[in-house]
Amino acid sequence: MNTLLRIKNLHVSVEGKAILHGIDLSINAGEVHAIMGPNGSGKSTFAQVLAGREQFEVLQGSIHYAGENLLTLSPEKRARAGIFLAFQYPVEIPGVSNVYLLKTALNAIRKQRGEAELDAMDFLERVKQHTAMMQMDEELLYRSVNAGFSGGEKKRNEILQLLMLEPRLAILDETDSGLDIDALQVVANGVNSLRDDTRAFLLVTHYQRLLDYIRPDFVHVLAAGRLVKSGGPELALELEQRGYSWLKEAAVAATP
Amino acid sequence: MTVSNPQISRLLDQEYSAGFVTDIDADSVPPGLSEEVIRFISAKKQEPQFLLDWRLKAYRHWLSMPVPQWSSVHYPPIDYNAISYYSSPKSRGQAPASLEEVDPKLLDTYAKLGIPLAEQKQLAGVAVDAVFDSVSVATTFKDTLAEHGIIFCSFSEAVREHPDLVQQYLGSVVPPTDNFYASLNSAVFSDGSFVYVPKGVRCPMELSTYFRINAANTGQFERTLIIAEEGSYVSYLEGCTAPMRDENQLHAAVVELVALQDAQIRYSTVQNWYPGDSQGHGGIYNFVTKRGACRGDNAHISWTQVETGSAITWKYPSVILEGDNAVGEFYSVAMTNNYQQADTGTKMIHLGKNTRSTIISKGISARQGRNAYRGLVKVLKGAEGARNYTQCDSLLIGDRCGAHTFPYIEVKNPTARVEHEASTSRIGEEQLFYCQQRGLSAEDAVTLIVNGFCKQVFNELPMEFAVEAQKLLGINLEGVVG
Ligand SMILES: Nc1ncnc2c1ncn2[C@@H]1O[C@H](COP(=O)(O)OP(=O)(O)O)[C@@H](O)[C@H]1O
Ligand SMILES: [Mg+2]
Repeated sequence: MNTLLRIKNLHVSVEGKAILHGIDLSINAGEVHAIMGPNGSGKSTFAQVLAGREQFEVLQGSIHYAGENLLTLSPEKRARAGIFLAFQYPVEIPGVSNVYLLKTALNAIRKQRGEAELDAMDFLERVKQHTAMMQMDEELLYRSVNAGFSGGEKKRNEILQLLMLEPRLAILDETDSGLDIDALQVVANGVNSLRDDTRAFLLVTHYQRLLDYIRPDFVHVLAAGRLVKSGGPELALELEQRGYSWLKEAAVAATP
Repeated sequence: MTVSNPQISRLLDQEYSAGFVTDIDADSVPPGLSEEVIRFISAKKQEPQFLLDWRLKAYRHWLSMPVPQWSSVHYPPIDYNAISYYSSPKSRGQAPASLEEVDPKLLDTYAKLGIPLAEQKQLAGVAVDAVFDSVSVATTFKDTLAEHGIIFCSFSEAVREHPDLVQQYLGSVVPPTDNFYASLNSAVFSDGSFVYVPKGVRCPMELSTYFRINAANTGQFERTLIIAEEGSYVSYLEGCTAPMRDENQLHAAVVELVALQDAQIRYSTVQNWYPGDSQGHGGIYNFVTKRGACRGDNAHISWTQVETGSAITWKYPSVILEGDNAVGEFYSVAMTNNYQQADTGTKMIHLGKNTRSTIISKGISARQGRNAYRGLVKVLKGAEGARNYTQCDSLLIGDRCGAHTFPYIEVKNPTARVEHEASTSRIGEEQLFYCQQRGLSAEDAVTLIVNGFCKQVFNELPMEFAVEAQKLLGINLEGVVG
């Protein structure tokens, strides 16, 4: 198997407060992993550390991506190397048109891959195709990034970017939260359309229902900064029934 | 978030690239201001009596004026007797008849600044008047313009060659008693540009003046006068730079625009005077009076400014809308980084019926930069149906900078409609991270965000200058983002 991401004993703190206490996880190309867990357990922290957010300090451990030490790379280098994070709370950027950011991002990433800039026609064709797939109003392309977007529009826009940028490792941080069933299906279709044996997905979610549409290979439970249990898709169903408390207690007991 | 993000700090620390000094012999008067100095300047320029009298009147009035205190900028008192009021590169006498007579060092200076003066290298479609310290050293494309009857020359030359026009319009928009710095300028102004576009003529190229302060301890007091006769059109651009010095230097200019019936004047400024160092030492005090009069029905004046330089920028390009249906516009980007201060805005004075004005102001502050928008919209009794739309946006980079808006509105006609919108936003670490996560460098992310913010104003600039303005902003951002 082709290991895309290998995380060993990862300890992370923010503002002096330890959040992650030794995560071990390997993800192979072609796999879909789901991370579930209660609020505040460190899921977003984990996602953002992978993307290189500076305010999260890695205290211990290592992260290798495609064989390379990820911790020495800036956020933009990680992005250009194929890591994509769909944000839990996408930020607004007034005055910068959505389509312009998309084009700038795509060209930065294509440049890294040694590909020429897409010409305006090809670019537009591709954007429109994906916008249609996400069932988004084309008008949103010409609005400022996320400005005045509804919660659902923001999430679809994240997946639109994902489709355009075609990452090798896509991390979705609660993209399903706040979506109705129809929107959830649209998002899942987008993600599934990219699934192939060169790419991997890490889905952070609270709810089993997303996993009805995007079937994971593995499910992990993050509680109080540790992966306390891993299993197959059936684990998600079990969590849906029993909640997290039985696992949380185990995690708390293990915290020194 | 703070400017602690190292990438942002690096961005904000970009060097001022126009900060070199040209080593050239200059003919200067010793520092100090008196009637004698004014007589000297006037004599040096072989001015007619009316102009000397005009200067002296302004000077005597200026002596009685208090230093204005009302703006929100802060600076130590200026010693007006420590400034030299005239400096001319020695190698040229009154005015070089052709470019061949211009000192090669001066041509080099402008070439380094990206303003080639040799005709074959010039920007196509842009005529340039180059002002070095107190004098105009070269004006390009004069002959081409003359074929259309357009006069584009240094102010001194206009005084010699077209004294009647000068006498008719000088001070007719900004009287010599207007305000402290305008009066000072009226007394001691040395050179500047003069434009006259005859009736019905559409100026076939952009006109531009490039101002350069080189000598130490001098002030630059230029005066620009643009007259657009009935039904004519002209687009004019000025650019400015100065060397890096530890002392502050004063630049107090006056610009007067006169647009007669159906005429249009577009006046654009890209101001990049030396802003001082990152500790707030040195830099230009840019205290400028700019005003246009729409002196006829349907006259149209627009001011577009991109203010990135100067330690202190203090100016309110204004329009007096006298004719019916006259249009006044003000589009501004003002950026302050480090210890720079800007207090800028506009005045739109509606006199005629159905006059319209638009104000779009974008203030960007980074580090400890201070930025104030100050604007007056005044609708007089007779201005039936007057309309104004004002939009003031502020962008903060880092958390130690400040932005303020002071909109003053006086409406004396009940049919007038005046709208004002304002917003303040901050470039956050979240926005930067978001862009970086999409593959953009921090630098590109900041530039993207700032350019997005300024787009509405850049759209108003002639193409070449919009590109220039974007570049300048990019440069000035290096070291500002936080
Ligand atoms: N920037 C931050 N500053 C301080 N504490 C933070 C910050 N980000 C996250 N935390 C804390 O880290 C913990 C984990 O948060 P998070 O990773 O967002 O959890 P989840 O995504 O699982 O809900 C929480 O206790 C949260 O308050
Ligand atoms: Mg979260």
